Amino acid sequence: MIQVFAFYLFACIMIGAAALTIFARNPVHSVLWLIVAFFNAGGLMILLGAEFIAMLLVIVYVGAVAVLFLFVVMMLNIDFAELRAGFVSYLPFGMLIAIVLAAEILLGLGIWSVGPIELAQRAAPVPADIHNIQAIGALLYTRYIFLFEMAGLVLLVAMIGAIVLTHRGRSGVRGQNIDRQNRRRPQDAIVNIAQPVGKGVEL
Amino acid sequence: MIGLQHYLVVSTILFVMGVLGIFINRKNIIIILMAIELILLSVNINLVAFSVYLGDLVGQVFSMFVLTVAAGEAAIGLAILVIYFRSRGTIAVDDANRMKG
Repeated sequence: MIQVFAFYLFACIMIGAAALTIFARNPVHSVLWLIVAFFNAGGLMILLGAEFIAMLLVIVYVGAVAVLFLFVVMMLNIDFAELRAGFVSYLPFGMLIAIVLAAEILLGLGIWSVGPIELAQRAAPVPADIHNIQAIGALLYTRYIFLFEMAGLVLLVAMIGAIVLTHRGRSGVRGQNIDRQNRRRPQDAIVNIAQPVGKGVEL
Repeated sequence: MIGLQHYLVVSTILFVMGVLGIFINRKNIIIILMAIELILLSVNINLVAFSVYLGDLVGQVFSMFVLTVAAGEAAIGLAILVIYFRSRGTIAVDDANRMKG
């Protein structure tokens, strides 16, 4: 009973927050509603018994992606009123598309049912006696190690790409020239002279 | 009792909400990126629900890869948004024609 209640609570708040995300006037509010939606999605994952994915949602989405959005929204000085100009004229067409899409998917769900699935056909059956996190770790670091490392590569490329795209090579700034610094030798930089007494030094 | 269909309906509604967000906020690319995040979240809910109800862990592993791609996509998308704003002074994407495509 408590599970049913929790499911409907999480689902309703998540869908409401998603609606407010796309309808909010101020994008900062949109990001905050997005965070609410992510938290409630994490709650749904907990309810399903996928604790690791739930924690990942909270850490990755709320802790990284949503904060990234928040930074960008607050950093750029954007006239948001101008961006909402066509909102009302786009609404009927968007609603039509949304209703048609929802009807199609729900129709597909209505006529579909899970057939009996043989245990031998499963790629990685859920072990009965160990925790979710342990089971995922055992799977991820053995059979899916290549995909796991490729995911790390995707993140690395995304990070380098984001840095390269937003990096500004400013002119007029005296930076460190490491190449020139390394090429410099003591004999080029230091001169020994026999300085006579009473004469000036020629530099 | 909550079954697989309940989760599928919730993720369908979330997916449609994301698509609607793309359609009605056609100018504001920040909201479009957030709508894409909503779509990917609904995909994640779908993957995990199937994974749990069919007793197969691969769905949860794949949902992690979806999460990775979502994070990378948000980072790159926001970086492009920042350089676009720097050069144009606006983020209205309905008249983006810089590359003459």
